This record gives sequence, structure tokens and C-alpha cells, in this order.
Amino acid sequence: MKVLVPIKRVVDYNVKVRVKADNSGVDLANVKMAMNPFCEIAVEEAVRLKEKGVVTEIIAVTVGSKAAQEQLRTAMALGADRSILVETDQEDVQPLAVAKVLKALVEKESPDLVILGKQAIDGDNSQTGQMLAALTGMPQGTFASEVVVADGKVNVTREVDGGLQTVALDLPAVVTTDLRLNEPRYASLPNIMKAKKKPLETVAPGDLGVDLASSTKTLKVEPPAERQAGIKVASVEELVDKLKNEAKVI
Amino acid sequence: MALIDRDTLDFLLYDVLDAQALTQLAPYHDHSRETFSQTLDTATRVAETWFLPHNGKADEHEPQFDGDTVTTLAEVKDAFRHFVDAGLLTARLPFEQDGMQLPSLINGACISQFTAANPSSAAYPFLTMAAANLIDHFASDALKQTWLPLMRSGQATGTMVLTEPDVGSSLGDLTTSATPADDGSYRIRGQKMYISGGDHDLTDNIVHLVLARIKGAPAGTRGISLFLVPKWHVDDSGAPSTRNDVALAGLLHKMGYRGTTSTVLTFGEQDQCVGYLIGEAHQGLKYMFMMMNEARVGVGLGAASIACRGYAESLAYARERPQGRLPSCKDASSKPVMIIEHADVRRMLLAQKAYAEGALMLCLYGNRLIDLAEHSDGDEQRNAQQLLDLLTPVIKSWPSEFGLKANELAIQVLGGAGYIREYPVEQCYRDQRLNPIHEGTHGIQGLDLLGRKLWQDNSRGLMALDAAVRATIRTAGEHEELQVMAATLESEWNKASALIQTLGKALAAGDPDRTLANASVFLTWMGHLVVAWQWLWQAQAALASDQPDTFCQGKLQACRYFFRWELPQCNHWHDLLASQDDTCYAMPINAF
Ligand SMILES: Cc1cc2nc3c(=O)[nH]c(=O)nc-3n(C[C@H](O)[C@H](O)[C@H](O)COP(=O)(O)OP(=O)(O)OC[C@H]3O[C@@H](n4cnc5c(N)ncnc54)[C@H](O)[C@@H]3O)c2cc1C
Repeated sequence: MKVLVPIKRVVDYNVKVRVKADNSGVDLANVKMAMNPFCEIAVEEAVRLKEKGVVTEIIAVTVGSKAAQEQLRTAMALGADRSILVETDQEDVQPLAVAKVLKALVEKESPDLVILGKQAIDGDNSQTGQMLAALTGMPQGTFASEVVVADGKVNVTREVDGGLQTVALDLPAVVTTDLRLNEPRYASLPNIMKAKKKPLETVAPGDLGVDLASSTKTLKVEPPAERQAGIKVASVEELVDKLKNEAKVI
Repeated sequence: MALIDRDTLDFLLYDVLDAQALTQLAPYHDHSRETFSQTLDTATRVAETWFLPHNGKADEHEPQFDGDTVTTLAEVKDAFRHFVDAGLLTARLPFEQDGMQLPSLINGACISQFTAANPSSAAYPFLTMAAANLIDHFASDALKQTWLPLMRSGQATGTMVLTEPDVGSSLGDLTTSATPADDGSYRIRGQKMYISGGDHDLTDNIVHLVLARIKGAPAGTRGISLFLVPKWHVDDSGAPSTRNDVALAGLLHKMGYRGTTSTVLTFGEQDQCVGYLIGEAHQGLKYMFMMMNEARVGVGLGAASIACRGYAESLAYARERPQGRLPSCKDASSKPVMIIEHADVRRMLLAQKAYAEGALMLCLYGNRLIDLAEHSDGDEQRNAQQLLDLLTPVIKSWPSEFGLKANELAIQVLGGAGYIREYPVEQCYRDQRLNPIHEGTHGIQGLDLLGRKLWQDNSRGLMALDAAVRATIRTAGEHEELQVMAATLESEWNKASALIQTLGKALAAGDPDRTLANASVFLTWMGHLVVAWQWLWQAQAALASDQPDTFCQGKLQACRYFFRWELPQCNHWHDLLASQDDTCYAMPINAF
């Protein structure tokens, strides 16, 4: 069984991002970059399925600049067998364009499962997985907190507002990962070196017949308003009173 | 929270110390900035996840000894296991030995994250690496085959057993004895004290590297040999079989580093303590000292890391603690400012930045010298080795002395919160306090520098240092912002060269007691000059880099701080040294 794991290079979650002076976007000069945390969870799940003997091959893929090779190498150090960089210098590729690229790769590689993060911590869109499912016609199990493959199906337990919902999907299928699915491992030092020898293929979006041009335009990026300092209340009564009369939320 | 800021580390590694150039050395050909970065990611993650969370808990719950076994926290064992599983214990070994052939420089950056997170849990793997390296260099193949696999895989830890209750700084006087046995091994007898990691329950076995004197050996340092003494004898599979005659007499209770066991060990109470000679007889201290450079750079790096941690903690606090108003504000009902707005708090933060990042730079520079000394060739190799030999006492001592000052300031920034255990900075201070004491006290390092290191190899180390300092003065002088500081350093450095010559003559004239009386002042003075040089280097590298403006401003201002507030102290120390001031030396003992 083959798994495709799309991943994204984003600003490291530890970094306090700054907005560019001209409000055109976030300043990425000299900022530490890393694999999106939800993507780490996707890689981890694929590796666990491989360790269980369910999966035989894991292909990591990303759409991004040459620098994104670093994250593909990390994915391979974590256990992916090979990887594909769909190389573009275009910043801020939109979810729909990424989904189209992935659709082309799905057609080429015929994976049984595509596991991706539920969202990337930069754009926070939470769209790519769903769009890929729609474009390919594959069933989708989003926000997964448990993934079990059995009898030609994948059972995905989903974190929904009301609690947990389990869906049984025919393969091939799309799964997006939530935070509680697993605790991702770190890349051990010997595996970092071994990953250098694993195949990394680079293709152009055009080779896949995809145009990355975006139909949305960013008008302005601004930092969120500064949070006001809180106060301490003396009693529960005071708290309830304030919630009722000042904040008017209850 | 982030331990040592990654921007700070990346700047030192790539903008100042040109880590990428190391990939031109043969053993590092397979590396790139990418592998360095991934390795540092893994190290940081393991340090944050498995070492940081129990730092305070291990301080509060010291290891316990019930007269039979020692118990440590489960978290300490987990941390050790993860360090091993991540491949960090063997990072510097060759690929054929499942290592990563990681440069010392990058390894140092990784190590700094562990000491910043939890110095006492990090001590167990650090000691094991040091002991295993010693065995690897000097022991027989048979000893290596038995013990190295156990240590490299984390099934046994290692210790360094030098100090005795009556012998610390003056190792030549040690009395632990070794008697040859018929089977070629020795029977060890004696008591050792302060031995870190001398007993614990992290692993089944412990490999002690013990300094002892073979019966009939010459007196002093020339009669000391090194022995491998296991806690447990092992069977053919390496599993513990029978106990060796090494007993834990008791645990010591410390001010800091409380998560690491400090032990009093009795060897050969029943005359059954088996030890195996490492290398040749009477060469033990030499072997120990050959490994000492790396260990001492390691102490400096640990001190720098704890200073960085205190700085980061106090900086975060100062940004969020509202208190008082600026002197110019007369409106009592106005919102209080964050304490970082107070000039005096900024003074304490800037001093910490200058000490902590200056110390970190110094130690990473030392690690880079280790790489060049090991793997480059010709003049570059010789220069690096001589510089490393000369600077090792400075690299060990300056961060220990000024890291402690930094940690004191971190407490002061937090005010009352700094003094209570709910905040981590008082522990940083207590942990840090060890560093000027172990691996050769501050006083002993001063004697080593002024009495030996300056003059060995016809002072070639000093010449290499001179060339390096003057090169920085030249490049920094090209930046308008740095011209004044470059000129200041040049005049201080010229004065230094003259003073060193004077002291050399005084030593040759033959009153060493008097000339060496102020050796520890000499060490501090030299340290300040070296760190001033390296701050100028950092400032110059920042201006030449594409780092964000605020980052460069921070580096420049810390450099200015060092030159305006710290370097002038060198004048005072210079006067004491140049006049061979004898105020302390001349104090009659019975007049105290
Ligand atoms: C927490 C901790 C961990 C340690 N871990 C280990 C370990 O793992 N293995 C190990 O072998 N040892 C270890 N030590 C021991 C440590 O190395 C010694 O404490 C240190 O070398 C100093 O020796 P001492 O305590 O006997 O002090 P002393 O040698 O008695 O020194 C006392 C004072 O006299 C000064 N002094 C001594 N001789 C001279 C001199 N010739 N000239 C000028 N001043 C002098 C010293 O600078 C110091 O200020 C550890 C110590 C501690 C506290």
C-alpha cells in the first residue's frame, strides 16, 4: 500500500512573526522555517502505518521553493521513502492550486491513501485536503484523531464539535490530521544522514499541467490588535456579573 | 519557551564562525547547512521535551540512597534514553560506528541546548561521552571491545574519578593505590570523593575511570596511572554478572546540580576491586589531560548556556512585568510601564547579553578550534591546536566567572520573584556556582595560563592569538560604526603584549611565588581582552550580514556596552599586574 504525504514549509511555530513595513505580508527574511506541525503528524501516521506493515511506501511531496527540500529531507529522515518537490518561486500558493498539483500527483502515483495536515499554521486555511478530495472524487476523513486501515477500508475517527465521529472510507481516500492523532517523533541523527541518500525528485508545476496562478489577491496584512491587560475579580459572583453586564456574553 | 534563541545560535554558527566552511574538511564532506540545521532541530526538540520539564523537579527531589541502592527520578532515565535514541551520544563518532561525524562546533551548539534546559540531567550523558572517548583513545583493543559497545549504546554510563577527600587541586599527591594481580589486572584501593554520576539507577552498569598510583611508582604527577574499574563485571554478552568491589559510601548534598549524584566511593574495601590499566603505566594524568581540553571547553559552554537561559528568562519577565513609571511621568493614575522600560533594568539585561552571548561565542569558537585541530592540516592545524591550548583556561574560566554574574543579574531583574523557587533563575545561579570550582578551580586555571600555557611552544599560541585579534581590528576598522572600538582594542592589545613580555621576564628571573601571586587576576584580564576582541568580531559580522536591523542593533549595542562598561576595568587589572602588586601576597598569615 502506497501513501502520499503532502507537507508544507512554514515559519517555525516558536518564531514571533513580524508584518512587513509595507503591510504586504509577513517578513520571512532570516526567519527560522520548519515543517508545519500538522504535517509532522501526517508523516508520523504514515510511518506508524508502515511500521505496522500496513503501508509499503511513503512519498512526501511539497509545493514550494528549492529551500523546501529541507523539509522533504526531514520527512525522509522521519521515515518517508522518497519525495517530490514541485518547485516554484511563487510565494503564497493558494490551497486550490496546491490541490490541483496533488490531484495530478495522485493520478501519477496512484496512492491508496493521502494523509495531510488539517491546516498549515501560516495561512490557517484548512482547505487543501477537502479540495483534493473533491477534485479527485476520493472520500475524505478530516480532523482525524485515529486512523485504522482494515479490510480495504480506512476507519477515521474525527474530532467534531459534538465529540467523536467515526467514518469508514473506501480506499483510496484522503485523511487530514488533527493534533491528537499522534505524538510525532524526532529525526534521529543517523536517519538525518540516511535521508540524504533517499531519492528527491523535482518537477515543475507546468510538467504536471497545473497553473499556480491565484485568483485571490492580498490587500493588506496587519498584526492583530494588542490584547488588553486582564483584571483579577474577587469572587465568582463578580465574574458572573461582569460576564452578564459588561461583556454581555451570558 | 525557546532555550537558547535559535537566531542567536544561527548567527554565531553561520555569520560569525562560518560553520559551512567546515564541510570542506574531509570527515565533514557529507554535511551541509541542512544537516546541521536538522541536527540542531532534533537536539532542541529532545532538550525541550525530555530535559527542560523536570529541571526544577530534579532540583527539589535529589537522588536518594537507602544504604543499598540509589534512586533517581524516572524523568532522568527517560531523558538519558532519548539522548541515546536520538543518536546524540554518538553524534561525533565516524559513520562506521553508527555516528554522524558531526563537527565539534555543531555538536557544541546542540550540547548548549541541553545544559540550558537541565544541566544536572545532561551531566550523565556528557560524562559518558567523555569517558568513552578516553577509552577509545588510549585503552587496549580488548578493553575497547568489552566496554565501548556498552557505553556507546547507553547501557553503561561513565565517570571521571580523580578527586580524593584529601586531594583535589593537587592531583600529584593522590594516594589511591593499584597492586598488580597475577592475571594482569590490578587491585585498586582507596577513597574518592565528589565523583559525579558515581552511582545511580539510570543504567545497569557504570564504568569508572580511576586515577591511582601503582605500588612503587614515582612520587608526584609522573607516578599516576589510569584504570578502568567497572561497577559490575560482565559476562560474554556484556550483561552484568558479579559486583566489583566498589562501594558507595554516601551521597553528597549540594547547592546546585542536585539532579546529578555526587558520590563518595570506596574502592577495594574487601581487597577485591579489579581495575584494568588503560594504556601505559604512569601515564594516567597525561591521558586525562589530553582529554581535558574538550572537557574544559565543555564546562565553559555549560556556563555560557546557563547564562543564556537566565538572560532569556529575565528578558521575558521584564517585558511582561508592569511596575512603576518613568521619572518624567507625574501622573499617578497612568498605566505602569513594563520594567524593561526602566533604564536600570535595561542595564542589567544588556550586561547579561554581553556576558552570556560573549561567553557562548567564546566557547563555540573553542569548539571550532577543536575541529580544525583535529582535521585540518599544515599551518592551519598547528595554529588551531596552539590557540586552543592557550585559550582553554580562558574558555573554561571566563564564562564560569561572568556567567555567574549574569545569573546574579537575572535574579535582580526579577526582584522578589527572582529569589523564590517558583521561578527558574535562582536555580540557574546555584547550578552555575559549580563552574568556577570543578575541572580545575579559577585559581588553578590562572596558574595554568600564566605559569605554563603562555610560554609553551615558544609562545606560538600567543602569536596566533595576536594575529587573529589584529585581523579583526583591521576588518572592523572598515566599518565607520566600529572604528573607535577597533582603535581602543588595538591600544589595549598593544599594552597587553608589553605586559606579557614583562611578566615573562619576571618569571624567568625566578620569583615565581610572587609573579604568579596575581595569576587569577591575569586570567580575568586576559578573558576580558579576548571577549572584547570577539564582541568586535560579532559586531562586524552583524553589520556584514543580512540579519534584521533590530538584531544587528542588539549586537552593536552589546559590543558598545562591553567596550564602554567592561573593557575599562582592564586598566585597573593591568595596573595591578604591571606593578606586581603584592597587597594580598604580602599579608602575613598570622595577621588575619
Ligand atoms: C559538584 C561537584 C562535582 C565534581 N565532580 C567531580 C568528578 O566527577 N570527578 C572528580 O574527580 N572530581 C570532581 N569534583 C571535584 C573537583 O574537581 C574539586 O572539588 C576541585 O578540583 C577542587 O578541589 P578541592 O575541592 O579539593 O579544593 P582544594 O584543592 O582544596 O582547593 C581549595 C581552594 O584552594 C585553592 N588552591 C588549591 N591549590 C592551589 C594552588 N596551588 N594555588 C592557588 N590556589 C590553590 C583553590 O583554587 C580553591 O579556591 C567535583 C566537585 C564538585 C563540587
